[in-house]
Amino acid sequence: MNVGILALQGDYEAHAQALTRLGATPALVKHARQLDEIDGLVIPGGESTTFLKFLERDGFSAAITRAVQSGLPVLGTCAGAILLAKRVENPAQASLGLLDATVRRNAYGRQVDSFIDTGDFQGQPMEMVFIRAPQFGSLGDGVEVLGTCRERPVFVRQKNVMAGAFHPELGRDGRVHQLLLDAIRERRKNG
Amino acid sequence: MSETWQMNESFRLKVGLAEMLKGGVIMDVTNVEQARIAEDAGAVAVMALERVPSDIRKEGGVARMANIAIIKAIQEQVTIPVMAKVRIGHFVEAQVLEALAVDFIDESEVLTPADEEHHVMKSDFKVPFVCGARNLGEALRRISEGAAMIRTKGEAGSGNVVEAVRHIRAIVGEMRALTVMRPEEAAVEAKRLNAPLDLVRWVAEHGHLPVPNFSAGGIATPADAALVMQLGAEAVFVGSGIFKSADPAERARAIVRAATHYNEPEVLLECSQGLGEAMPGLDIAKMKDEEKMAARGW
Repeated sequence: MNVGILALQGDYEAHAQALTRLGATPALVKHARQLDEIDGLVIPGGESTTFLKFLERDGFSAAITRAVQSGLPVLGTCAGAILLAKRVENPAQASLGLLDATVRRNAYGRQVDSFIDTGDFQGQPMEMVFIRAPQFGSLGDGVEVLGTCRERPVFVRQKNVMAGAFHPELGRDGRVHQLLLDAIRERRKNG
Repeated sequence: MSETWQMNESFRLKVGLAEMLKGGVIMDVTNVEQARIAEDAGAVAVMALERVPSDIRKEGGVARMANIAIIKAIQEQVTIPVMAKVRIGHFVEAQVLEALAVDFIDESEVLTPADEEHHVMKSDFKVPFVCGARNLGEALRRISEGAAMIRTKGEAGSGNVVEAVRHIRAIVGEMRALTVMRPEEAAVEAKRLNAPLDLVRWVAEHGHLPVPNFSAGGIATPADAALVMQLGAEAVFVGSGIFKSADPAERARAIVRAATHYNEPEVLLECSQGLGEAMPGLDIAKMKDEEKMAARGW
């Protein structure tokens, strides 16, 4: 199973390690043409403003949008969640708009406000790492909340689009990445 | 083998932010306008300064933590992390910057040292620190004090990449050598490096630093950025190289692209064109020892 990781900048190596531990083959994606060779996509943590500079070139963001709209499973964490959201606040900025949600950037504050806490993921406790993290605001009807922490939604899913405000790639818990791999398997079975 | 080095929760959060900056470019800025240019060009963070290193070099005098008003104005203008520098050993400047909630503190040889023996105990702070290093021993000493990111010192404000290359080669080479050593040899190496044994053992086992390893000091072109990254740096700091060049916005964009596509010559060719003049460089070999900033720090 080839899982692409958008490798423009950010903690894509940590995602590659998390996927490798689960038996998947990670592929670092730096160009739109590589999207045809992957079964799923991770948009990692990093700086969303930096990612946008690259996505605005050479039809990159349109290519991702097309792939995800045709069913490619995608997981975004932190900056990745910001890019997937339809509406971005603090400040407003462009995004891929593939998840019917509002995301507020740097919603917890600056780095001194970053934290690790135990949240809930699909009914089970999970250690969650929040770094200059965003928050989900209003969520569309088709969006399910799969994870919460400090009484807020922190992981959501709308069909093949999954997004977390925290960094599952910075811990050893593989459940979030497993969810992406399960979605890929499901799509293959049906496709 | 005995206990190896481990991270606590606070340290994981600090290193976590450093992880997010990988593959990116951190740019020195001295005012709000430059900070905006940097963010627009795709910088992953800005370093708020009163003077860039090449001006510190030219003007002389004691270089201190930047004017708070400048840092504050920049914090209000950009959404990317804001870093600022403190003098080596000046833990009160660090307390002030932590109270200001900067996202990262650089305990930097570019400023005039405040203490010629001791560095700041960085583990006492909630804000993560980055420190310069010329070799593995220096890098591990800084990590043992709590640095969550290492950068090569290079020679700041020189526009000459030769020292950054020397330092990244030294750090990466010494790490590679450790990975093939027997445990008793690693113990002797720890003595030679003047570095804590638990950290030396950690590196011997993993082959890399336990924190991100970036490069700084003399990077002036997209090719310079790609060079240090091909040699093993995970991101770059560009100081005088951008705002002392003919076309800062264009050069900033080009270096950002080069850091991402550092091992793709076709892209590097594209981003090396149409940039105007780079900053003028200095010949390090002709510099007097007391003019070299890299020698500061112990």
